[in-house]
Amino acid sequence: MERNLTHIALFAALIAVLGLIPKIDLAAGVPITAQSLGIMLCGTVLGAKRGALAVLLFLGLVAAGLPLLSGGRGGIGVFAGPSVGFLVGFPVAAFVAGWVMERTTLSPAVAATAASVIGGIGVLYVFGIIGMAVVLGKTLGEAAFLAGAFLPGDAVKAVIAGLVTQSLSRMRPASLLSRA
Amino acid sequence: MLTLTSPVETWAHRLAAGAKLAALAAVTTGLFLLTSPWALVGSFTAAVVLYLTGGGRFALTGLRQLAPLWPFVVIVGLWHLWTGDMTGGAVILLRMVTAVALANFVTMTTRLSDMLAVFERLARPLAPILPPRRLALAFALVIRFIPVMLERMGQIRQSWSARSPRRPRWRVMVPATLAALDDADRVAEALRARGGAG
Repeated sequence: MERNLTHIALFAALIAVLGLIPKIDLAAGVPITAQSLGIMLCGTVLGAKRGALAVLLFLGLVAAGLPLLSGGRGGIGVFAGPSVGFLVGFPVAAFVAGWVMERTTLSPAVAATAASVIGGIGVLYVFGIIGMAVVLGKTLGEAAFLAGAFLPGDAVKAVIAGLVTQSLSRMRPASLLSRA
Repeated sequence: MLTLTSPVETWAHRLAAGAKLAALAAVTTGLFLLTSPWALVGSFTAAVVLYLTGGGRFALTGLRQLAPLWPFVVIVGLWHLWTGDMTGGAVILLRMVTAVALANFVTMTTRLSDMLAVFERLARPLAPILPPRRLALAFALVIRFIPVMLERMGQIRQSWSARSPRRPRWRVMVPATLAALDDADRVAEALRARGGAG
């Protein structure tokens, strides 16, 4: 019980830290915030349920008024802005990524990359695009066009999530709770 | 850690957090039902007046909180200039900016502890599966561990720089995640030794 709680809490803190550190050069010359990488890792490392709960805990603290979203954003206002769909999609994305990770027997690198693409891009963008369409009063197609700007960065992050998950599975096989 | 609560005390700081959130929910729903541009200009003006009752410094901080919206304002503005539907663009932008500004107002005038207390009260029906004490402990753990992990991230990046002429890239993510996993195990042991998570 305690172990579940601390894993959820510490990964919620990890998502926050990844949004607070200055944009790291994830790949050569492409500065992108690592926050959505944290969402992907919650799913691929903690598994579906714990991963989604970690993201929900993080969002709870954001809503309560901590400036933890990348760029120092936070408060209830972010849930009224154009990115609301992405925020609502975050826990679902982590859940789906974790679910995919739990259900396959592929090697951790391949499975985690695939899980991040399906959950952290596919599912997340569905929510994000609907949110942008509603708040900005655009059609789904127009909103999808706007969201496309984030696609290259998120594809890089999915690969990195796969590589990080693979390294963890080698260093601490037991720590990969999604495969426990 | 810094919160978004304004240090400038306003009259709204003294209102109950739950009441402010309920009012915000009602007003935001109303905003999305309004379609007349003049009604939205009215609500936008009301939001500006609301901020000004807190004084100049408070209003200025509020304005700065809206800065992340500007790319969307530009995109939607250009879009509607292009299609020629200026009224439609104004309706969308006024509604969005007003909704975000009002929500920010509640955040700026409510202390973090009060807001978390409301969340814990709202979660009370879930008590059989999520005891309130455990939720409170989870919030406290995250708040305590964010500075710890930020510092550790700094150390990891420094030790990378001490060994390599290249800039630290995604590889620093591995020790950072590993440290989070190890911390989680140790904190779990410590909690159990002190009576459990309740």
